[in-house]
Amino acid sequence: MPLVKQGRITTDLFVHVADGAELPGDGAVLVTAERFLADPEALLRRPGKLGVLWPNNRSLDDLVPHLDRLASVALVFPTFRDGRAYSQARLLRERYGYDGELRATGQILRDQFVFMTRAGFDAFEVKKDADADAFAQTMKRYSVFYQPTGDGRVTALNRRMQLRHSESAGQ
Amino acid sequence: MYAYDELDRTLINERVSEFRDQVKRRLSGELTEDEFKILRLQNGVYLQLHAYMFRVAIPYGTLSSKQLRRLAHVARRYDRGYGHFTTRQNIQFNWIKLAELPDALSDLAEVGIHAMQTSGNNMRNVTSDQWAGVAPGEIEDPRIWSELIRQHTTLHPEFSFLPRKFKIAITAAEHDRAAIKIHDIGLRLHKNGDGETGFEVLVGGGLGRTPFIAKTIKPFVPGRDILSYIEAILRVYNQYGRRDNIYKARIKILVHELGIEKFAKEVEEEWKAMGDVGLTLDHAAIEEVRSRFSYPAYEKLPHMPDELKQAAHDPLFERWRKNSVSAHKVQGYSIVTLSLKPVGGPPGDATAEQMDAVADLADKYSFGEIRVGHEQNLALPHVAKRDLPLLFKALDRLGLATPNVNLVTDIIACPGLDYCSLANARSIPIAQELTRRFANHDTADLIGRLHINISGCINACGHHHVGHIGILGVEKNGEEFYQITIGGRADENAQLGTLIGPAVPYAEVADVIEDIVEAYLALRDRPEELFVDTVKRLGVEPIRERVYATR
Repeated sequence: MPLVKQGRITTDLFVHVADGAELPGDGAVLVTAERFLADPEALLRRPGKLGVLWPNNRSLDDLVPHLDRLASVALVFPTFRDGRAYSQARLLRERYGYDGELRATGQILRDQFVFMTRAGFDAFEVKKDADADAFAQTMKRYSVFYQPTGDGRVTALNRRMQLRHSESAGQ
Repeated sequence: MYAYDELDRTLINERVSEFRDQVKRRLSGELTEDEFKILRLQNGVYLQLHAYMFRVAIPYGTLSSKQLRRLAHVARRYDRGYGHFTTRQNIQFNWIKLAELPDALSDLAEVGIHAMQTSGNNMRNVTSDQWAGVAPGEIEDPRIWSELIRQHTTLHPEFSFLPRKFKIAITAAEHDRAAIKIHDIGLRLHKNGDGETGFEVLVGGGLGRTPFIAKTIKPFVPGRDILSYIEAILRVYNQYGRRDNIYKARIKILVHELGIEKFAKEVEEEWKAMGDVGLTLDHAAIEEVRSRFSYPAYEKLPHMPDELKQAAHDPLFERWRKNSVSAHKVQGYSIVTLSLKPVGGPPGDATAEQMDAVADLADKYSFGEIRVGHEQNLALPHVAKRDLPLLFKALDRLGLATPNVNLVTDIIACPGLDYCSLANARSIPIAQELTRRFANHDTADLIGRLHINISGCINACGHHHVGHIGILGVEKNGEEFYQITIGGRADENAQLGTLIGPAVPYAEVADVIEDIVEAYLALRDRPEELFVDTVKRLGVEPIRERVYATR
């Protein structure tokens, strides 16, 4: 499954470690929320980056205190019609100021890339190769956005107001 | 009319290109039908019994003549020469070919029409009063707010994959023509004690198999905060709405399970926690949208022009005028409703020829503007009273002057088993038969205001729960049966109807409805007492007795 990061297909440095499986001695790992919460300190002391796979039906409250020490938070789309993780992503970025990697996992198609990027995701475990290949192109699909989100893209309303302002200034 | 600018047009075109890519990937097999289903639903494409059905948005029910002509073009070029206006200010085409859909969308995009979010589990087309901006006594034009919300909800990056569909309706008039109490969010524009404009926000209304009337979650949200407040409601719903059972996934179930107080508290906390996220609408932002709405240059006209006095001698004209012409906020003008409920016809259908002709009449008599209401009729919102006699003649020739607006034959019906893959029973032939039974306009006048709503299954697209008489098709041992309720209403006093008796087979529905109407005529206090008021006064029992005595 290709990982798209910073707009390109890249090698995934993180190893998904299943519950109960032994942790590698070093290197970046992604562990489940359950495993993480069982002993966060031990995992955070371990050499190598730590990421947590956070389910979409679990409150972020238990995760928030650790955010500044995590290298990745992976949110889950069990099917692409289940959009709970969009809210979690926006909260992590916009309310809790998380600035590490925010990864989308699960059923990820190209048709979600724009939504996900706007919600704050910057890494994508894409299901199909063709979709991963089409990432850069897909991100160019839209140039107009109606809603303000943490991604900083200027909204249509703001563009209109700026235009109006510059028009009236020029008179 | 709202004038789309370059940005709105660009976005619609970008959506068309995206959809073209999605169709291409489906046709090449790159997308499975399961994957494609969700994607096509986001853009109004259903797979029905016989073909793909294509639902196009008419945001808050406003169309220009140019747009209506383009809908006629789509009906003619890509469909079978007609379209069906729905109860949510959409138009549906029933015979579209998948491979041609991107072209149809592209043709519509040229006039600023789209199909975004007319189906799927997202925020649907925002609906409003079809008389917005012209009804006397409005707080202000609700379309300004409808448009602000339309933009905000279009391709929303957080709320495009909700537990279930989500519908918002707005009214600014005392009499609610937008049925806000049966929407996921209902917004009633009003002014608070300080003269500030804002909204009473209602939440959790909806029909379907578990109907609920919406409850007030906050009596007053200032206009400037409405987007952030809606965002807070949606965020709570997106996280906590049920996803394990499609029939329990609407916000009404969440509100019901938590209770309105607890739900309101969750929303309030989320709203407070949001802080300033760029959603506050300052005066300039509201004015920016307001400035894109153009209003007709009305003339100063007399209240009672000579043309109208003369035409009063024509009883057919007078009957139509009394039925279909309503008061306008500007003296000398009227709002004219065009009945899409001809005797024997399927409710809400219009042919391409009718659409073209209505567009021409709108240019001639209504400043090029047409409205679409949830009752599945059209309206010309700015007709000078002096033009009414000529307009009547033209509409009559087109079959659009049936004087039955709000009467017993002005039936709201879903497409039913004739088209829909979800239906258990037919709706349209029941409606057609009823219009024949009550074809005598004198009888219909005598009966007075009476809304009949028909749904072909429990999903309730025909809003049967809130019909004065509601008819619900069910299947019993492979046969079509119909449950009948009375006393429902969808207005500011919204209420669910009560079952009147056991379900009846297809062939008996029209007889039972006739008996119900006869019972009402015998029981009403005085001719002015509406059907729904008689039911309210007496309850269901006296009517049930009369109707079922011989059955």
